[in-house]
Amino acid sequence: MSTTTLPAAPAAPAVPPKVETPFRRFVSEFAESKIALGGLIVFTLIALIAIFAPWISPQNPYDLAQLDIMDGRMEPGTVGGDGFTFWLGTDDQGRDMLSGIMYGLRISLTVGAGSALIACLVGASLGLLAAYAGGKTDSAIMRLVDLQLSFPAILAALMILAFLGKSVTNVVIALVIVEWAYYARTVRGTALVERRREYIEAAQCLALPTRRILFRHLLPNCLPPLIVVGTMQVARAIALEATLSFLGLGVPITEPSLGLLIANGYEYMLSGKYWISFYPGIALLITIVSINLVGDQLRDVLNPRLKK
Amino acid sequence: MSVYLLRRLIQALGVVLVMSLIVFIGVFAIGDPVEILISPDADQIERERAIVALGLDKPLWLQYLSFLGNALRGDLGRSFVFNEPALQLILNRMPATLELAFGAMFLALLVGLPLGLYAGLKPNSPVSKGIMAGSILGFSLPTFWVGLMLIMVFAVQLGWLPSTGRGETREILGMRWSFLTRDGLAHMAMPALNLALFKISLVIRLTRAGVRETMLMDYVKFARAKGLSPARVTFVHVFKNILIPVVTVVGLELGSTIAFSVVTESVFAWPGMGKLIIDSINVLDRPVIVAYLMIIVLMFITINLVVDLTYSVLDPRVRLEGK
Repeated sequence: MSTTTLPAAPAAPAVPPKVETPFRRFVSEFAESKIALGGLIVFTLIALIAIFAPWISPQNPYDLAQLDIMDGRMEPGTVGGDGFTFWLGTDDQGRDMLSGIMYGLRISLTVGAGSALIACLVGASLGLLAAYAGGKTDSAIMRLVDLQLSFPAILAALMILAFLGKSVTNVVIALVIVEWAYYARTVRGTALVERRREYIEAAQCLALPTRRILFRHLLPNCLPPLIVVGTMQVARAIALEATLSFLGLGVPITEPSLGLLIANGYEYMLSGKYWISFYPGIALLITIVSINLVGDQLRDVLNPRLKK
Repeated sequence: MSVYLLRRLIQALGVVLVMSLIVFIGVFAIGDPVEILISPDADQIERERAIVALGLDKPLWLQYLSFLGNALRGDLGRSFVFNEPALQLILNRMPATLELAFGAMFLALLVGLPLGLYAGLKPNSPVSKGIMAGSILGFSLPTFWVGLMLIMVFAVQLGWLPSTGRGETREILGMRWSFLTRDGLAHMAMPALNLALFKISLVIRLTRAGVRETMLMDYVKFARAKGLSPARVTFVHVFKNILIPVVTVVGLELGSTIAFSVVTESVFAWPGMGKLIIDSINVLDRPVIVAYLMIIVLMFITINLVVDLTYSVLDPRVRLEGK
């Protein structure tokens, strides 16, 4: 996006002039990039599909009564035994891929957003503490962050899941352990600058409890970079979960995420039945790219260095 | 300097100890080793005897010490599946992983440098914008899915490249390598490209940023003013200077490339360490899991140590910080 912010256009005389609140300015700056806006719209759609999957999907893919094994591995667009059209084909169990993807999105998004949120809570608290307390506490926490960040996320997650076994909860635990350090580092960096400001000094002079200073005064001012990192980390978490599930270490077969759907199609790939893996992958790709586009634009909008 | 070196070494040793403790607790304390190490149809007396023989009746800290002592002597247990020493098993698979990782790094530089250079020299051309959009895609695309799509297009639909395995290998220095034969290279092409995708995007971005910064430097202006040809300015004056940081970062990425080969090896059934660890986790072959984790931990700590020491040589501020 361009770094120059256009001054708000003067309102037409008939309409009462709009007051420029920080939120409105934020919205209009975000909307400057059409690609990012598109990403946001696509992501909203995906989230809605995931939330309402049980009501809008053509079939409940996990209700065995609705599945017919005779419909297995049908090409996209075939009409099944009971006159039902499988727009994206079926998998080996005769499951409609479109419905499978909708339910898979539900699990992928829940795991991704849930783990990012918990990691954010843990990481941000530790980062704030590190910046505010300083000294030994700071160096202990940052040592831990360095240690965590020096190992690739995929290996750390693999290790944790090898110990804990497969389940949705364990995947979330693994993702939180892998991701908290990014939040901690980000928050500490901002908080170190903010804590020297006068308003913190004022709060300290008023003898407010530390907890209140941390969460009511310091944290809100550290939010912008946290939001950016958080958005990107949701995309990362979704991709990582898909990878782990593909390797057979992620979610169990009873709760298939997009990664597991792709893994299921792997063995049929070599016989040319591409759709079982292809479409869940496309859904995964669209989800990740749309989140990254939004995150990219948020970074530009929230970055004070790019402001005039 | 030597004080710094010593302190850094002690720290690294500390991390190795902590990680070995985590691995030990994770594998031996969370799971029940008795269930796994002793055959289920053994009777009570045999079980007791085996527990004593394996030292599983001793307190946990004593077990940890003997685990550590064995590890120091290079004994990390025998694989249940292959009935071979676990360490040996992994070291046998290492050349396959290393050659894949180095192949990927080579590809990343081969493809990334020219594209990044172009995008940096002509930042506003549509081709450059396409290159940058492609690099965003390279960051976002899930590696394993791209691997599947490569197999679908080049192996299934077009039939140009073999989909899985290592192909023909040739032995050098007692290890088998694929990149020395035509067949081996054909087998390596897709996995290496798949593994390189992320690094290509990285190299493109680094090179582009470097070129754009360097082009504004005074010495580039001076070289131009001197009347040197644009080609000479680009390839001698600019390129040489951006090559150093790019190659450094790519070198640093070696560790994460080896880590990510877990995914690529699983997709292409490439018989390296990564495929071995996934298979071992799926059948709970614990000695192999432990051996793999210890090797990887050692490898990463070594890489980090070397990086830190190199930085301290290059940047005196790091060295002086502790004084």
